[in-house]
Amino acid sequence: MKTLYFDNNATTRVAPEVLEAMLPYLKDFYGNPSSMHAFGGQVAVRVREAREQVAALLGAQPDEIVFTSCGTESDNAAIRSALLQAPEKRHIVTSRVEHPAVKALCADLALRGYRVTELPVDSEGRLDLDQYRKSLTPDTAIVSLMWANNETGVVFPVVEAAQIARERGVLFHTDAVQAVGKIPIDLSKTAIDMLSLSGHKLHAPKGIGALYLRRGTKFSPFLIGGHQEKGRRGGTENTPGIVALGKACELAAENLEIENTLVRRLRDRLENRILSLVPNTRVNGDRFNRLPNTTNISFEFVEGEAILLMMNEYGICASSGSACTSGSLQPSHVLRSMGVPYTMAHGSIRFSLSIYNTEEEVDFVLEKVPPIIETLRGLSPFWKENAKVCQKTG
Amino acid sequence: MWEYTEKVKDHFLHPRNVGEVEEADGVAEVGSIACGDALRFSFRLDENKRIVEAKFKTFGCASAIAAASALTEMVKGMSVEEASRITNQDIADYLGGLPLEKMHCSVMGREALEKAIEDYRGTAEEKPEGKVVCECFGVTDKEIERAVRENALRTVEEITHYTKAGGGCGSCHGAIEEILATLGREGIPQAPSRPGLSNIRKIRMIQETIEREIRPSLKKDGGDIELVDVVGNRVLVATRGACAGCVASAQTLKHFVESKLRELVWPELIVEEVSP
Repeated sequence: MKTLYFDNNATTRVAPEVLEAMLPYLKDFYGNPSSMHAFGGQVAVRVREAREQVAALLGAQPDEIVFTSCGTESDNAAIRSALLQAPEKRHIVTSRVEHPAVKALCADLALRGYRVTELPVDSEGRLDLDQYRKSLTPDTAIVSLMWANNETGVVFPVVEAAQIARERGVLFHTDAVQAVGKIPIDLSKTAIDMLSLSGHKLHAPKGIGALYLRRGTKFSPFLIGGHQEKGRRGGTENTPGIVALGKACELAAENLEIENTLVRRLRDRLENRILSLVPNTRVNGDRFNRLPNTTNISFEFVEGEAILLMMNEYGICASSGSACTSGSLQPSHVLRSMGVPYTMAHGSIRFSLSIYNTEEEVDFVLEKVPPIIETLRGLSPFWKENAKVCQKTG
Repeated sequence: MWEYTEKVKDHFLHPRNVGEVEEADGVAEVGSIACGDALRFSFRLDENKRIVEAKFKTFGCASAIAAASALTEMVKGMSVEEASRITNQDIADYLGGLPLEKMHCSVMGREALEKAIEDYRGTAEEKPEGKVVCECFGVTDKEIERAVRENALRTVEEITHYTKAGGGCGSCHGAIEEILATLGREGIPQAPSRPGLSNIRKIRMIQETIEREIRPSLKKDGGDIELVDVVGNRVLVATRGACAGCVASAQTLKHFVESKLRELVWPELIVEEVSP
């Protein structure tokens, strides 16, 4: 059975060009970039090039890029460093809809005596900048706000938020794991001090990430060890991963336009057709301020896991914010923070596309999804009695 | 992704008996849309007072649908008395097992069946309601106690998997711990079908089981074990022969020795290896 992969916010396929670029560093060029000999030195040259490629995608300088193992490590490194650098400050500002890499870390820090402000979002998943402004205090050590939400794709105004933080003398970190490669980013024009990204979300393999660290930002390493990454991250470099991430960033820069034209059009087609073909559906999140590849659709009165498993029978891969899929018993914290009603939250499905999706694939999904929802609604005790009411309001 | 059995998948993809029984003798609805799953169950009796028709409607995940579908198949042909003896574990067993985190789906099935029988008997009003412990999912102390007793649950986490209690904000974890502690103090056997075991009887049964059921199998592979001591529910054994120093012996102890002893002696036994 063919796999129709609509789960690119979870992870992405490794681009063939990326695989090709990294393979020699798994096979022949296995030298340690720190070695004195030319065999290792040639790898160091390639690591330097990769650093330039990553910097170029972000509008950064190569020495502002620190390679890490993943987005979570970058997030941890950034936030913990900010706290270590300002030990007298005990306040963190973040949002309610962050990825667990930030959310769970902040919850842990709260247990250790830090004061954490989790900014709310509105029903469209948007942040209130006035409220944000008011949350900053002289005690605030760091702000950490995601650039784009992994579940809804909603984009936060991090450029403005970073500027506000700078005016107050507060460090600003953004988890841009979902944003990098999908929307234009030029850090040279922003006040963002730190940014996290992850390779496997942009067609590099798992196990490689990066942290952008603005020149002059004081930093305490998260992994203490050797002199690698200029003492900012100990541990022998993941050279194949670094080469892969460099290549993936180069490709992402080339494909950014496709992402915002063709991919966006496919996403819009999928979304609009589902909304018109299936009654009692809605899109979660601000549709006008959103990643071009993501749509989060709720199907009322059915449960997300059941939808996913029925789509799975056709090879369609997506994900859900329902309780049952996560192993927790409550729907996603993102949808709950947005106040999405329970009748909708349990039936939310996220489709996230990439440049590898085709119109045929979208049409296949459009052919299969409506009958799946109809089948499950046929099983649902809530469907019949509520349908009429909803048709009136919908 | 959950590891569902083929039978769960089959009942999910091809649910049996969907709908509502007309002129039902017993009807019940449990769960709610806010909680993420709900089940409406109805049955009808024939002239011999046996369940001739049972139907369901479920809002929920694959295992919730499968558990309800299974239930409607299981009760067919049963008398009300027979059906009332179905436990949540029976539903899970019928499906070839459910992931631990999904056991609450089987509990929901049992609850619906029970309520439908109460509806039929007209006894619904008589039962004490209990006090809500978990506000997030509206689970009462009575429901928690029952799940603990029927399924020999020992931790808050297990209780969450079976009843959902404690799976939301988590603020009731303390109260659930207290229920566990109280049940423990009252000395309620956590597997009610078995009589309490005195220590001496327990040790003798362990010895006999090892002699009769376990050593012959191990000896076939050139291995052996010896009972060293029994401390509470901890069974301390030493491995001998080919088992000693075998990298797989830990697996053997867990999967074979421990499960045999749990099955034949006491469900809470833990086998630990000590150096001879």
